[in-house]
Amino acid sequence: MTLVEDTRAADRLGSVSSGNALELRGVTKMFGALSAISDVTLTVQSGERRAVLGSNGAGKTTLFNCVTGDFLPTSGTIRLFGEDVTRFPAYERIRRGLRRTYQISLLFNGLTVADNVYLACRGVSRGRFSFLRPREDDALLTRADELVEAVHLTEWRDTAVANLSYGQQRQLEIALALAGAPRFILFDEPAAGLSPAERAELVAILRGLPGHIGYIIIEHDMDVALRVAESVTMMHNGRIFKEGTPEEIENDQEVQELYLGDGHG
Amino acid sequence: MALVEQGKTVAQPWWFERITAPWWVLAAVLLTMPVWVNDFILFQVMGWTFILGMIALSMMFLAGYGGMVSLIQMSVAAMGGYMVAIFGTSGMGEISMGLSWWLYIPIAIVIAAIFGTIVGALAVRTEGIYTIMITLAIAAAFFYFTRQNYTIFNGYSGFNLVVPPMLFGVDWRQPMPFYYLSLGCAVLCYLAVVYVARAPFGLALQGVRDNPRRMAALGFNVTAHRVAAYTFASVIAAIGGILLVWQNAQIAPGTAGIPAVIDILVIAVVGGISRPIGPFIGALIYVLLRTFSPDVLMAFGLSGERFKLLIGLGFLTVVFFSPDGVLGLWDRWQARRARSRDPLTGGET
Repeated sequence: MTLVEDTRAADRLGSVSSGNALELRGVTKMFGALSAISDVTLTVQSGERRAVLGSNGAGKTTLFNCVTGDFLPTSGTIRLFGEDVTRFPAYERIRRGLRRTYQISLLFNGLTVADNVYLACRGVSRGRFSFLRPREDDALLTRADELVEAVHLTEWRDTAVANLSYGQQRQLEIALALAGAPRFILFDEPAAGLSPAERAELVAILRGLPGHIGYIIIEHDMDVALRVAESVTMMHNGRIFKEGTPEEIENDQEVQELYLGDGHG
Repeated sequence: MALVEQGKTVAQPWWFERITAPWWVLAAVLLTMPVWVNDFILFQVMGWTFILGMIALSMMFLAGYGGMVSLIQMSVAAMGGYMVAIFGTSGMGEISMGLSWWLYIPIAIVIAAIFGTIVGALAVRTEGIYTIMITLAIAAAFFYFTRQNYTIFNGYSGFNLVVPPMLFGVDWRQPMPFYYLSLGCAVLCYLAVVYVARAPFGLALQGVRDNPRRMAALGFNVTAHRVAAYTFASVIAAIGGILLVWQNAQIAPGTAGIPAVIDILVIAVVGGISRPIGPFIGALIYVLLRTFSPDVLMAFGLSGERFKLLIGLGFLTVVFFSPDGVLGLWDRWQARRARSRDPLTGGET
């Protein structure tokens, strides 16, 4: 099972790419007088897998929201595959190969698993406004079924999302992020609330992603984070605190005092 | 893998087999109705039910699939009706242009759709109660504008003698032809909504209803999708409005006055907005109450004008016992019946 096979779209998009998937320059987001993130400068290369760590309130999710366009940053620039997307609406960024999952599952509760994944496939292709039903052999329907199978939900493909278990909803979150031709994915605490067995499966899914797909993962579980990331960014109070390899971060004295020492690890 | 393939063949049978027995019975009853009911029932009760059902269907599409409660649908319908009177023929010769039917019908639908789209473009930036408020405000403005504007809308008196064209030598305002005309339009609009609900456009609209933020994060332009839903719903409302002006042979500001606007909301809610059949059930209940409650009231020695009291009480009862309308009552009754069935024999226990 290949998770991403629409390489044609990836190639087309690849032609405009510089070496960096994501470049943030001095990104600040203020909520009133409170700065959720301030002066964040971050570069992630194409295909790089990065973990973002930090305690609650460090600004990790706000950072994601700025990158996907859920919020516009107060100042700073965001470049996606070399293109300045700072003022782009969310859907334009998604169509350029960016994907994300949410910390608290944001799914379509009134629709079935298959419909959820089909919408995700449809969102990044043409015919979003089509008034014609897809034919039975529609490529996107097939693709949606493959994704449902990839996250082990085939048995529940016609079940309404509202009736899925929490762990199944988390799996569906990931399926939505893998639709189309993703090039860079933001995972917001994908392991939160999962059982040890489900965590192992999640690690397998993340490690099995094709090499050209980079991602940033926010994860409190160091076991998961350090196994799926090749570089680590520590955030603290809305700022970048440390960057390095997993080993460097794990052995850093300041980091241990700040984060690993307070019982999270 | 075999299990998946088997599931597919079951899920997609030929369309003919998917129509269940109750639908065949309903079709037979509706098609043969002119044989066994009188002209009054055909023209006043059934014709009006189909028309109000279509206008309420346009509201159901926006509310049920899009999560947007729009009170503008009656005004959009009236806009369609007005355009038929203005571009076609009416008793107001100095305003009506007298174009032929194949021109004024499309013109009326397009103008009504543009009107609905503009209102939608304003309304989709709001959520929940604010959508209701903004569409109600525009509906009120439309009512006062038509009442005060004499150059286009002929103010207070509106237009009379607006009749359907004599197409194929049939007088479409006669009870039986009008019955089949409105039935045909209602069925087409119903099928269009059912079909579109499972097409990418309709599915995405339901996605927008459930979670607009996630839809944007999947690459959908949520605002554009909502506005397009208004356009689609406006076309349905406009068809209803054109039939309405033909049925009454006249149109005046009161056609889309605030009471009429609220009536459409009542019809949609009483019927149920979860499925497209709901508005038609609601419309039938409303028309029956409206038509026969004066007789019932007078039998109890009350004034016949108090039919609104009955409608209001009916509305309260339905909303109190079943917030999802008559359809919700039906669904719960079906669920209870399925539960009480013996799991082994399938018979009633």
